[in-house]
Amino acid sequence: MILNTDLPIQFSRTHRLQWEEAQQKNVILYPEGMVELNESSAEILKLCDGSRTLAQIVSELEEKFATQGLHNDINAFLEVALQNGWIHQN
Amino acid sequence: MAGYTKTNITPPRWLLAELTYACPLQCPYCSNPIDYAKHSSEIGTEDWKRVLTQARKMGAVQLGFSGGEPLTRKDLPELVKHARDLGYYSNLITSGYGLTEDKIIELKEAGLDHIQVSIQASSQELNDHIAGTASFEHKKQVAHLVKKHGYPMVLCVVIHRENIHQMPDILKMAEALGADYLELANTQYYGWAHANRDLLLPTKEQFAEAEKIAQEFKETVAGKMKIYYVVPDFHEDRPKACMNGWGTTFLTIAPDGVALPCHSARELPNLECPNVNDYSIEEIWTDSKAFNFFRGFEWMTEPCRSCDEKEKDFGGCRCQAYLLTGNMFATDPVCSKSPNRHVIDEAIASARTAALSDNEKPLIFRNSKNSKLLS
Repeated sequence: MILNTDLPIQFSRTHRLQWEEAQQKNVILYPEGMVELNESSAEILKLCDGSRTLAQIVSELEEKFATQGLHNDINAFLEVALQNGWIHQN
Repeated sequence: MAGYTKTNITPPRWLLAELTYACPLQCPYCSNPIDYAKHSSEIGTEDWKRVLTQARKMGAVQLGFSGGEPLTRKDLPELVKHARDLGYYSNLITSGYGLTEDKIIELKEAGLDHIQVSIQASSQELNDHIAGTASFEHKKQVAHLVKKHGYPMVLCVVIHRENIHQMPDILKMAEALGADYLELANTQYYGWAHANRDLLLPTKEQFAEAEKIAQEFKETVAGKMKIYYVVPDFHEDRPKACMNGWGTTFLTIAPDGVALPCHSARELPNLECPNVNDYSIEEIWTDSKAFNFFRGFEWMTEPCRSCDEKEKDFGGCRCQAYLLTGNMFATDPVCSKSPNRHVIDEAIASARTAALSDNEKPLIFRNSKNSKLLS
């Protein structure tokens, strides 16, 4: 599975992304499992709402954090997310 | 007790709510204690709500509604709703028996995240024999409805000598039912499974063959179905890291309100497991004798104590050590470094002899009559 750069990215309907107060971090919850996310991974996934493509996510985050050159890192993370079923593209 | 410091106690992440020991099925490898019929009282709806609230506050996030058959509790939707309001990810661990489409919708609306349906085999005849109840066709229907209503669908099949030869068909069945996850749970030999071990424990060759088939299948369904393979520890030479370490992650509450560091722990002697009627979850988790008993490494005996792998497997399972050696402080006898490894080898040999003999004993099914007879 490879990310299609033309299609919007949607967070999985069978996973849940949630802030955990006790752990002070965002987590992905799924049947009998949990993945703890670092801050940047969580920021990326929050933008996977089914309306934005990879390029749009990159530019929004570059703007938000006033930085450049995030494309490769974000692409690499989303590939992993896709392999794990956390996101999908229709 | 000695050697732990309260500063390094990690909060619970997993809460297993065993709502009831009542169950319409009679699986002969049930993880409930043999003497479950003695513990017939059940805590009430408000007690469960308090437990959920207190554990969530400490950091528990994964919640399993289990049993017995949790659907026998009329207040299940109310508890599911309470759990959702608190932010739990809730898993219903069910036989599917008595689960209707209306109930599936009601639970979804209450906020249930996931339903795990157990199927005992890939054929009606064997499923209904193992379950002790005619249930196969209904279970398949339930699996279909779970999927239809947007839940991630987890199929759980407990593997043992009566069904291990069906591995290729079990995999095909999971694919045909559209399972998102397939849990192939090799039987763990406690309680009822311990009593039936000679009849359930597969030979090493059977395990190897089944595992090979499952691994090959795993590659063909990559990206569509995830397979959890629960290892058969008798055929390993290192023990499992039981419960991710005692009192580090898992909290089980039994139907009568007894809090347990693992669901088998009420079989251990003199732990004095506390009851949620008497203490808060925080007191139980942090201060109770039972939850501190095997925390850390100070309780260990040799060869664990000086072993460089102790931080990886925590000496294995305390319940298995007690059940098979009579000493709950001993190294899990699965470990090849254990002076008691021979008890595992003898169990494997004994099961092989039973497998090859013509007149096998009948299975002891899990029901109240047998529970009273055996305890």
